[in-house]
Amino acid sequence: MERVKRIKAGDVRTASRLIRNLEDGMIEARSTIKHIFPLTGKANVIGLTGSPGAGKSTLVDGLVESFRKKEKTVGVLAVDPTSPFTGGAILGDRIRMQRHAEDPGVFVRSLATRGALGGLAKAVGDAIHVMDVMGKDMIIVETVGTGQQEVDIINHSHTVIVVLIPGMGDEIQAIKAGIMEIADIFVINKADREGSSKLRREIMAMLDMAPPTAFAAGWRPPIIRVENAFEPEGFNKSLEELSSTIEQHYQHLVKHDLIGSRIRRKAVMELNEAIRTCILEPVLNRLIADGETERMIEKLINKETDPYTLAEDVARRYLKDLNL
Amino acid sequence: MSDKKIRVMVAKPGLDGHDRGARVLARCFRDAGFEVIYTGCHQTPEQIASAAIQEDVDVVGLSCLSGAHRYLFPAVAKLLKEQGADDITVVGGGIIPEQDFQLLYDAGLKAIFVPGATLGSIVDWFKTNVHPRA
Repeated sequence: MERVKRIKAGDVRTASRLIRNLEDGMIEARSTIKHIFPLTGKANVIGLTGSPGAGKSTLVDGLVESFRKKEKTVGVLAVDPTSPFTGGAILGDRIRMQRHAEDPGVFVRSLATRGALGGLAKAVGDAIHVMDVMGKDMIIVETVGTGQQEVDIINHSHTVIVVLIPGMGDEIQAIKAGIMEIADIFVINKADREGSSKLRREIMAMLDMAPPTAFAAGWRPPIIRVENAFEPEGFNKSLEELSSTIEQHYQHLVKHDLIGSRIRRKAVMELNEAIRTCILEPVLNRLIADGETERMIEKLINKETDPYTLAEDVARRYLKDLNL
Repeated sequence: MSDKKIRVMVAKPGLDGHDRGARVLARCFRDAGFEVIYTGCHQTPEQIASAAIQEDVDVVGLSCLSGAHRYLFPAVAKLLKEQGADDITVVGGGIIPEQDFQLLYDAGLKAIFVPGATLGSIVDWFKTNVHPRA
């Protein structure tokens, strides 16, 4: 396929258009993924997550700089939220990364969530494949500003970095489930602000209480302090530390044969996602097109029936082998 | 279901830090249901063209209030063309005297919005003239 050849040669225009077609759910884009999927799996994928304004984009920019110094090519997928009311979005992560705009070794692509709830956009998984096949050594995925529950990033990353800033709440925040459990590396960003030692102590205490099984083959998530990005000397030094910690984590995964379990986790997610796309979506679209969705909603509002009866009826019609 | 969205880049080329207008427009495009990439102030034409291609936008909206539009706007259009991306619509806005319009149209710009243009009229122009790729 001509398009696959161009993507393998690193053609940005073709790759970006393909990512767009994937975002838009175009079926022909799916067929390109069929061709490139077997070629994927070479890039090291790094996920960055944390609350809005924690400084994720600035850290990504710093990481790009540090990877480029090591002559690695870099892809960045930066996700920002879609408005639930208008469907529009402002994608502003790139502002922090524009110094790399002219570097052919860096490809930054912004994506809107378009209703996805896990902190990413639905097309992220496939977009990673596209950048991988383009030959990017490192792919950095930046989630939307997250709360506590948006943990989809773990399905895509070899290394997950959770970015925290001082002053976000008391120690109970640190023992909650969800986002605090997914870190391979913690970053305390804006660490020159008041409260950073307290935050560090809280993370340490949380890690001290974790069962040993929580640390895969003994990897206890390191905590890296990053201070004011406007003081380049200290900032760059911290970013070097972060970048070499990422490298160490990757080596740890390889050494202890843990890469396989991360690849498996992604495969499980991709299969489920694809089944949903290929089965559920066409059914939902058909029901909408036939006006049946509207009729069913009316019935529910009038309490003529219940959602399960309706769904079982739909399943009986479309999925004959399920014996419902 | 296939859902084609209009992707817009709002960009400020050159040494002009007055981005209130650009930000208002970015917000207004968002409210119109577009996906808007905003790249911030002080961008070179090269950065803007490169970002527009990486983001696969349908349209680049350039804002300039400093008077350098005669150089900067055509430079962006030219770079896009050189990189095979002249299917990306380029429009401009800012403090632009009427006698410069033709020069900008000749350079490939498709529309120019000056003070007094309402947000509604700009969105309408986009909805009529910009089509998400085939």
